[in-house]
Amino acid sequence: METLTEHSHSGAQPRKRPDIFGFLARFAPLVFLIVLMAGFASFEPRFLTPLNLFNILRQVSIYGLLAVGMTFVILTAGIDLSIGSLVAFAGLAAAAVSKGGLSNRFNVGAGEEAASYGWYLAALAAIGVGVVGGFLQGFAITRLKVPPFVVTLGGMSAWRGAALLFAAGGPISGFEPNFVWIGQGRIFDQVPVPVVIFLAFAILAHVVLRYTRYGRQIYAVGGNPEAARLSGLNVRAVTTSVYVIMGFFAGLGAFVLDARLNSAEAVAGTGYELTVIASVVIGGTSLFGGVGTIFGTVIGTILIGVLLNGLVLMNVSSYVQQIIIGIIIVLAVAFDTFAKSRRRVG
Amino acid sequence: MEPLLRMSLIRKKFPGVQALDDAGLEVLPGEIHALLGENGAGKSTLIKILAGAQQPDSGTIEFGGERVVMVSPHDAQRRGIATIYQEFTLAPNMTIAENVFIGREPGAGFFVDWGKMASETRSITKRLGLQLQPMAIVRDLSVAEQQMVEIARALSMKSRLIVMDEPTSALSSAEVEKLFRIARELKAHGLSIIFVTHRLEEVMQICDRYTVLRDGRLVGSGAIADITIDGIIRLMVGREVKALFAHQQREITGDVVLRVEGLNRRGNAQDQNATVLADVGFEVRRGEILGVAGLVGAGRTEMARAVFGADAFDSGHVIIEGRQIHIRSPKDAIHHGIGLVPEDRKQQALFLALAVRMNLSMAAHRQILRWGVFIDETAERAMVEEFRQKLNIRMASPEQLIASLSGGNQQKVTLARWLALRPKVLIVDEPTRGIDIGAKVEVHNLLFEMAQTGIAVIAISSELPEILAVSDRIITMREGTVTGQIKREDATEEILMSMMTLTVKNTERNHGNID
Repeated sequence: METLTEHSHSGAQPRKRPDIFGFLARFAPLVFLIVLMAGFASFEPRFLTPLNLFNILRQVSIYGLLAVGMTFVILTAGIDLSIGSLVAFAGLAAAAVSKGGLSNRFNVGAGEEAASYGWYLAALAAIGVGVVGGFLQGFAITRLKVPPFVVTLGGMSAWRGAALLFAAGGPISGFEPNFVWIGQGRIFDQVPVPVVIFLAFAILAHVVLRYTRYGRQIYAVGGNPEAARLSGLNVRAVTTSVYVIMGFFAGLGAFVLDARLNSAEAVAGTGYELTVIASVVIGGTSLFGGVGTIFGTVIGTILIGVLLNGLVLMNVSSYVQQIIIGIIIVLAVAFDTFAKSRRRVG
Repeated sequence: MEPLLRMSLIRKKFPGVQALDDAGLEVLPGEIHALLGENGAGKSTLIKILAGAQQPDSGTIEFGGERVVMVSPHDAQRRGIATIYQEFTLAPNMTIAENVFIGREPGAGFFVDWGKMASETRSITKRLGLQLQPMAIVRDLSVAEQQMVEIARALSMKSRLIVMDEPTSALSSAEVEKLFRIARELKAHGLSIIFVTHRLEEVMQICDRYTVLRDGRLVGSGAIADITIDGIIRLMVGREVKALFAHQQREITGDVVLRVEGLNRRGNAQDQNATVLADVGFEVRRGEILGVAGLVGAGRTEMARAVFGADAFDSGHVIIEGRQIHIRSPKDAIHHGIGLVPEDRKQQALFLALAVRMNLSMAAHRQILRWGVFIDETAERAMVEEFRQKLNIRMASPEQLIASLSGGNQQKVTLARWLALRPKVLIVDEPTRGIDIGAKVEVHNLLFEMAQTGIAVIAISSELPEILAVSDRIITMREGTVTGQIKREDATEEILMSMMTLTVKNTERNHGNID
């Protein structure tokens, strides 16, 4: 056995040379973000004012919360198309609770004179709806063995239907001031509250994925489910859990959205899934599973926000914006596929 | 004689690796040529360049006397070079005839002339001495038959050179014989064949000449008649391997750790009535290495997966240290001290996108937890360092991607994943598949060391020399049942082979009186 230690040519090939491609793959979103911001700033000086930058962050914070949840799902090689509809349904639930229950939900007027169960119960209602919705989808995926794409496509329709049924045609608006502050207030008159919520949960999610056993299991299940099972991991439980987490963030996002608009309606959240998936994928999370970070997702979210904001400032129509988002998704996935083939060869 | 193929001074660099460094290969018309070398020696890269799938950085290729540049796989095929990879490139849901003529379907314009396609396929398969229905669906064929379809496709393209990458690795010995017969037939018709293989006994049996690569360089070439297996191994590893497959005889006195009784399972993905396991029973003692021999499809892997809880079984008992246990998932098996190193490293064991550190600790998170949820990375690094030293794992850093290690070192990381759990029983399925000879010996030594620390090891292998080298006792399997057991000192390859091929007398078994 001793003589074999000198057996050098079958050993590892240490790769000391800086891997430019690997560096790019990791920091491309950040570099792209900086270039994009510099570009917009040169076209439109207003772009770089603190007011506008905080506005961008506030605009993206709800997408950002959803993208954090979506990162968990996509890391397991899953997808959730239902989040826009789930946001609408959870948002209506929170709104109804805030207004003092189902029967009072269309009362006009806000504040002390209207009945209310308080913002925290509203938050609980939204998150509860999200978590239960997410669990049902996770259950269908792991127990009924229906592919995530199909389950959540079904969810997309079902939750929207539930929202329309629940809203019975009208928006629910006018919440108590504490509730509204969560969406419209600023801490120290500067930092919008939704931005604080977004970044706080992003940090929490980063810690979970990076430092906990559960986070490690998510990467394992996404990277190679069979190897994960043969290593003693409970693949079904892990897979179900990411849809529950996605549901939690959908509920939280719905609650913040209600607060920001001081209103909830059944058509809220339409098309969110696309923007959110684009943010996650641009941030470097692989649709094939097992690769990605929350840091990347945060950058990806801001990148999309900056892009849309810049296009608005440059008077580009919202229709064109949709076209651009579509193209970006395809390009980001093309890049990911290329990176995956590189990983194999290396 | 003017060579049919001459590749010279071929260089190819991948990021961080000089895969080929002045490699060369000469193949004569009408010969069977062995392309040999350890894993990572550059064989695959060389044949990919020959197949037009990759472009060399420099070097020349002459084929049929003229200088050629293969710009694509299609280009190489057009010139008469067909490559049959380990993973077949057949369309599983199409017929044999469609696969043979894929992309070149006979017929006028838009329409396919099915009659012509079928009759030409039949004439080619007849030439190979095969009885395959041209309209059979490829999915329903055995691995060996699918390989024949690949060969038929190569012939239909009027190939002059057929490259076969590890053609025998998934075949039973009878099927290997058949393949060799066909290879000789093709040779008699003037075709040349390149065999890329690890099985040196087969090389001696079938090949005319050899070429050995080491670290991307051509280190030797000549006639098989002028060299011995040891000589080839010396060329491959660059020095003598004395300890190669040496058996150490040991006295086993430990208690029985694992006893399996009456394991039955029916039904697989293809056929829900197929007998997968029939009344399988055996026991293994502390510190013992039990070898499990059998042909491909004999039920060895299925037995291992059933005991480990990876597949469900219909009836039977698994008894650990005298207590019957209920195993419904790998998690249960691990809890009771059973580990499994699966046969397909990449598909079933490795997390290719994760670092060595994460791969190694994957089953042992419990030992490195802080506050019940966080992974203590300091403890984790210490664990990796411990096993790096114990198992002599060669890596640049624990943060290196597992994909960048050689096959042997990947396998050591997989072994370490289980050793970290201090298992009572460790099942290793094809522990040295696809790793080079030096690393094979190391893995064998690790199995001995594991047994010495009291682990009961079950070693499954398709290579009889390996079974004979590592085992203290050997059981043989065939058609899902144990056909015999023998002590190592009484066994020879011939005896094992006859035990593995024994006919199961009790044909009743296939008609449903299992239980």
